[in-house]
Amino acid sequence: MSERWFSVVLLLVVVTGMENPALAADRIAVTGSSTVAPLVAEIGKAFEAQNPEIRVDVQSGGSTRGIIDVRSGLADIGMISRSLSEDENDLIGFELARDGVGLILHLQNEVPALSRRQIVDIFTGKVTDWKDVGGRPGRITVVNKAEGRSTLELFLAYFDLGVRDIAAHVVIGDNQQGIKTVAANPGAIGYVSIGTAEFESGAGTPIRLLGLEGVEAAVENVKDGTYPLARPLTLVIRPAEKERLRGFIEFARSPEMHDIILGQFFVPSHP
Amino acid sequence: MSDSFSSSTERGRPHRIRDALLPVAAHLGALVLCGFAFWVIMDIVWRGAPGLDWSFFIDEPTSAGRGGGIAPILVSTGLIVITAIAAATPLGLAAAIFLVEFMPTGSRFAVWTSLSLDVLAGVPSIVFGLFGSAFFGLWLGMGFSILSGGLTLACMILPLLVRTTEQGLRMVPDDWRRGAAALGLSRFSAVRLVLLPAAGSAVTAGLLLGLGRATAETAALIYTSGYVDRMPSSLFDSGRALSVHIYDLAMNVAGGDENAYASALVLILFLIVVNVAAMSISDFLLRKKVST
Amino acid sequence: MTLFWGNSLFLRTPDSRFAFGLGIGAVCVSSILLLIFLFVTGEALPALKNVGLRRFLFDDAWYPTDESFGLVPMLVSSFVLSVCAILLAGPVGVAAAVYRLYYAPSWIRKPYRWLVLLLAGMPSVVLGLWGLVVLVPLIARIEPPGTSLIAGILVVSLMVAPTVTIMSESALEGVARSSWSGAAALGLSRESTLWNVVLPAARGGIAAGILLAAARAIGETMAVLMVTGNIVQMPDGPFSAVRVLTSNIALEMAYATGDHRAALFISGLALTILVLLLSLTAARIAGLKNNV
Repeated sequence: MSERWFSVVLLLVVVTGMENPALAADRIAVTGSSTVAPLVAEIGKAFEAQNPEIRVDVQSGGSTRGIIDVRSGLADIGMISRSLSEDENDLIGFELARDGVGLILHLQNEVPALSRRQIVDIFTGKVTDWKDVGGRPGRITVVNKAEGRSTLELFLAYFDLGVRDIAAHVVIGDNQQGIKTVAANPGAIGYVSIGTAEFESGAGTPIRLLGLEGVEAAVENVKDGTYPLARPLTLVIRPAEKERLRGFIEFARSPEMHDIILGQFFVPSHP
Repeated sequence: MSDSFSSSTERGRPHRIRDALLPVAAHLGALVLCGFAFWVIMDIVWRGAPGLDWSFFIDEPTSAGRGGGIAPILVSTGLIVITAIAAATPLGLAAAIFLVEFMPTGSRFAVWTSLSLDVLAGVPSIVFGLFGSAFFGLWLGMGFSILSGGLTLACMILPLLVRTTEQGLRMVPDDWRRGAAALGLSRFSAVRLVLLPAAGSAVTAGLLLGLGRATAETAALIYTSGYVDRMPSSLFDSGRALSVHIYDLAMNVAGGDENAYASALVLILFLIVVNVAAMSISDFLLRKKVST
Repeated sequence: MTLFWGNSLFLRTPDSRFAFGLGIGAVCVSSILLLIFLFVTGEALPALKNVGLRRFLFDDAWYPTDESFGLVPMLVSSFVLSVCAILLAGPVGVAAAVYRLYYAPSWIRKPYRWLVLLLAGMPSVVLGLWGLVVLVPLIARIEPPGTSLIAGILVVSLMVAPTVTIMSESALEGVARSSWSGAAALGLSRESTLWNVVLPAARGGIAAGILLAAARAIGETMAVLMVTGNIVQMPDGPFSAVRVLTSNIALEMAYATGDHRAALFISGLALTILVLLLSLTAARIAGLKNNV
């Protein structure tokens, strides 16, 4: 009786463990930034459709994970939501797309524009009420990004601030969390990916984008470079892998992929 | 059972107050829990129902999950949960039976195991994820796989299984053990035929709690069973769990909200199916229940 | 109880093989924690060496990219949030169990159990979403911005209450019928029986449930991340934004390198120690470990 159970279990284990030989083929492992992951996953599917004998497995886990995994060989390609830094020159980066960073306010907040000085004052806590910058009286809720994120670094660098200078009321992790937080609070101000914000406000979420230095925060302006605040989304590989992975990298940066990139609300880098 | 009582005693006023307060407290507590639970679930149903149709269960996801369906994700989730339960149940039952029936209660081993179970229950899920990816993924070479995710989850639900089974076994009166001994049953048979069935409802409760926890887990799975939303072809493939998918759609993908809620609704349905299955299996296996 | 079968010839009878097999299972279970502990300590070591324990306790703020590693505000926040969540979820959970078993009309019992089971399986991201989208704006009307300690407490209570309820129910059901009959024979009211006989008899299981729930509350990550505001500061009231250790790990782990990463593992270790202290205290208070 127990022998029968045992063989059933053994059979199950063997069957579930077996890989379908038709699919056991070349695999490209990609890990890294959770911002870039959905985009590369879609590109990967398109690549698989054209190259049925190759599988592209995309994992999330953070930009840092991407770098670590590529270095250790656990991943073939890393995704990072920034450019390579100086101490990462053992790797090669290929810019895939650009992501603009824009300030968002709640839809009910009618403040037309904010000067650089005003933005700095708001984020450092010197100005705490909307009436001081031309809006209706109400407490300002500053929404900031968590430390280590490239969006934060970009923001700080542009406004010449240090990480300790910001007096935030809410700290968020992902773009979507930032959007949801601002959408839930009429007095909130935050900064998120422009493409995402454009989509969300178009879909009815009660937020609006604020221009920067007179330039409207729109994907168009990120594309032609007039919008000042943008970060690159980069694919990273070990130099030795250049030949083997060339096919995928070129595919990802090809014009056919522009629709997919735009579809994820980023701006394609390669014309 | 509860109708055979008089509704008050002769003992005096304090007890009359308590007699009145206790039902009120019970009703209040139940109302609070029920109310909030209902609120949350209704919110999901309201937001998720519009996005739900038959193709949602059958199609593959498209456009980073904003379109299409979640079929591969359902399969992955099912496999992960089954792996977790299959791995945790024998270990959990074994540990619980060992602790209750075979170890003197004050022994160092029993105390250490007990303590480590409590602590295990408190390890943050993200730490479990990192541990799982290092131990199962890297060291044991499973990589990003359903197996790795399932085994990590098994570690997470072990405390629940062991604790409930342990409690259930401890509640069985010693008379039964004496009776079994008097009948000449070996301990193995006593456990199998008498004690486990008697603790049956506790074991089932532990199983259901473990199932719930396994389905609810997100952070640990991101690092172990991974992010791939393709239909898995084996346990060694990476597969995206439903909770991970919901997280990705809600927090990471612009415009993913609609499908996030639809997926959450599917998760509720999944829970119903899986709980019913677990209850029936449990009942079947422990049917030799001896009732008082 | 375990001494009934005395000292039989070990490892030569089927029972001894049974015990041996069980023992292996138990050893596996207790070694999992050891593995996790080794893993976390290993990853945390660089921070201990380079930064030093002193700075984790005495640095004034948490700005890891700027060499400041003060963990105390987050430790306190974790502690306060978990304790308050359990103070809420414990009584409510037990009350709900009592209600369902002894006061609920029969048509409510099954749906009620299902409601609790469904809530038990809700992913933290779903509860967090509900919290962010429904609860936080409500709290914001009292005191903006709404993301606050109290939002965290409410969401976490909701998350762990089912564990308390299900385990309490299990424990209460396991109380022998003879207790009820005996109490009835003595003329005790239902409430008196509950209060003086049944609840005390079930207290082992109830306490185990509360402990598991507390551990889960301490380790909860995703939902807390979404609703507490994540500002590193000492909590100075229910409406202040706080960051708990788990949220911190989740927020920063993806982007942390070197010492920063190791520092995050230190906070993971701190959490584990917190749970350890909690279990030890609970064991001391209740003296439950050796109770049946």
